[in-house]
Amino acid sequence: MDRRHSRSRSLWRKGVNALMLIWCGLAMVVAIIPLLWILGHVFLMGLPALSWSFFTALPTPVGVPGGGIANALVGSAITVGVGLVLATPVGVLAAYYAAAHPNRPLGLALRFGTDVLSGVPSIVMGIFVYTLIVLPQRHFSALAGGVVLAFIMLPTIVRSTEEMLRLVPPTLREASAALGAPEWRTFLAVVLPAAGNGVLTGLLLAVARAAGEAAPMLFTAFGNPFMSTALDRPIATLPHTIFVYTISPYADWQAKAWATALVLIGLVLSLNVASRILSWWRAHRLGSVTS
Amino acid sequence: MIRPWLSPDSPTRPAPAVDPLAHTADRMALELSAPQEKMRVRGLSVYYGGFRAIKEVDLAIPAHHITAIIGPSGSGKSTLLRSLNRMTDLSGARITGEVLLDGQDIYAPRVDVVEVRRRVGMVFQRPNPFLKSIYDNVAYGPRLYGIRGAALDEIVEESLRSAALWDEVKDRLRQSGLALSGGQQQRLCIARALAVQPEVLLMDEPTSALDPIAALKIEELLQALKRRYTIVIVTHNIQQAARISDYTAFFMMDEARAGVLVEFGPTREIFTTPKDRRTEDYITGRFG
Repeated sequence: MDRRHSRSRSLWRKGVNALMLIWCGLAMVVAIIPLLWILGHVFLMGLPALSWSFFTALPTPVGVPGGGIANALVGSAITVGVGLVLATPVGVLAAYYAAAHPNRPLGLALRFGTDVLSGVPSIVMGIFVYTLIVLPQRHFSALAGGVVLAFIMLPTIVRSTEEMLRLVPPTLREASAALGAPEWRTFLAVVLPAAGNGVLTGLLLAVARAAGEAAPMLFTAFGNPFMSTALDRPIATLPHTIFVYTISPYADWQAKAWATALVLIGLVLSLNVASRILSWWRAHRLGSVTS
Repeated sequence: MIRPWLSPDSPTRPAPAVDPLAHTADRMALELSAPQEKMRVRGLSVYYGGFRAIKEVDLAIPAHHITAIIGPSGSGKSTLLRSLNRMTDLSGARITGEVLLDGQDIYAPRVDVVEVRRRVGMVFQRPNPFLKSIYDNVAYGPRLYGIRGAALDEIVEESLRSAALWDEVKDRLRQSGLALSGGQQQRLCIARALAVQPEVLLMDEPTSALDPIAALKIEELLQALKRRYTIVIVTHNIQQAARISDYTAFFMMDEARAGVLVEFGPTREIFTTPKDRRTEDYITGRFG
């Protein structure tokens, strides 16, 4: 191959490379645009209605100025909290079984079942929990809201925890067994801490998804204009409040809907940031196999 | 047959200094008297499903000596080592035959596996400290058995001294175990294994992942340790086996790819006057 020919071939290659990079860059920009657009729009629409009292006051009737979402903040915290308490032990233990015995029938069934569960529409989950808990109890409740969120969080927790557990090197488990530790002890004291960062991230993803679910709340927690912390009463949640305010015909309620949406997005974002800081700190101090 | 934990009243032995002539003295003593048997393997075969990994091994592990297991790759050395503390159970292996520890079969039906693994400890090829602090790594074993507080501190210090690591880490016990160098991590793993006060120490190619200087430190450590423990070491490094071991067992794969014991005897004999042709071929490097 003479030098002229090879130079034109290399120019051709560089040209194609540059073109492809430009395409990729454009595609990335196009993908990011909706995110930035939504964030920007919510920020612009929601900020005017936001004030300090918005976080501490209870909802007021239409036309009455002031009012806030204190009950929805507390309600979201309670329902998500109940969901976490229910889903985390079940999810982590199920993930442990699936990771330790991936080829046994139960392990395969677990993985398949989890995938199917994650595809069930959340409104269908809401109806299911309605027949499971609300009907027998004859009233809506925060507990029912927590249970449906647990179902929604479960597939995410199981899948991400299983992935993280698989990443822990088997030599760590062997070292613990060689010291005489029974399997459960090895899991709690060695494997789970080693996978800890990844497991926490998975929990956070699950929380972020559950915190934004509105449809299941329609049949379970049902919303509540007053402050409530009881598990056997209806309770307000942030996404449900957004729903109620948005479909109303009143301008001041609609403005509050935007503000609530901004609060919800802000909370989820700060949860994300906090978990990354926690991950970094843990990895910095002790080292990590799952970053 | 449980050795008592180090109690606050018993005198703490300082870490034995490494005596360069000790090895020679031990060898001479060896020739004068037959050592006691710490472990005995009788007709041991290990099966992974239908595949036989090692076939009918008969071996005696003498107490307070270093026994080296050498042989080409795939000859069942690691499998044999793991069967000595029932780590083969973890991979679902089945065994026939017996492995005796102080005369009692560790595979007998009612035997407590946890106790076996406490008495027969293991150090692995790649250093594998837990993702915890140095202190918590060494304390992990004793904590399993309920040791707490000042007694725990004492055991951690004693174990780190025995592993020749105390002086290097005594000011940073709360730092992560992973912050140490490779050689230090391996000594940390040795300290961790010693913390449960085993009687036998199994080592699976403990220096193959380390640089020569770190490896040398570990070899010196093993010479010091054999006064208190019985050591079995699997090694690919023939020179290392010749340097540090008192007894050597040579393994090979047979036609069915099962590992068999070809020859066993005092290291000096194996390396100067081997009885089997295959042993001689391996040791002189005719095949690796």
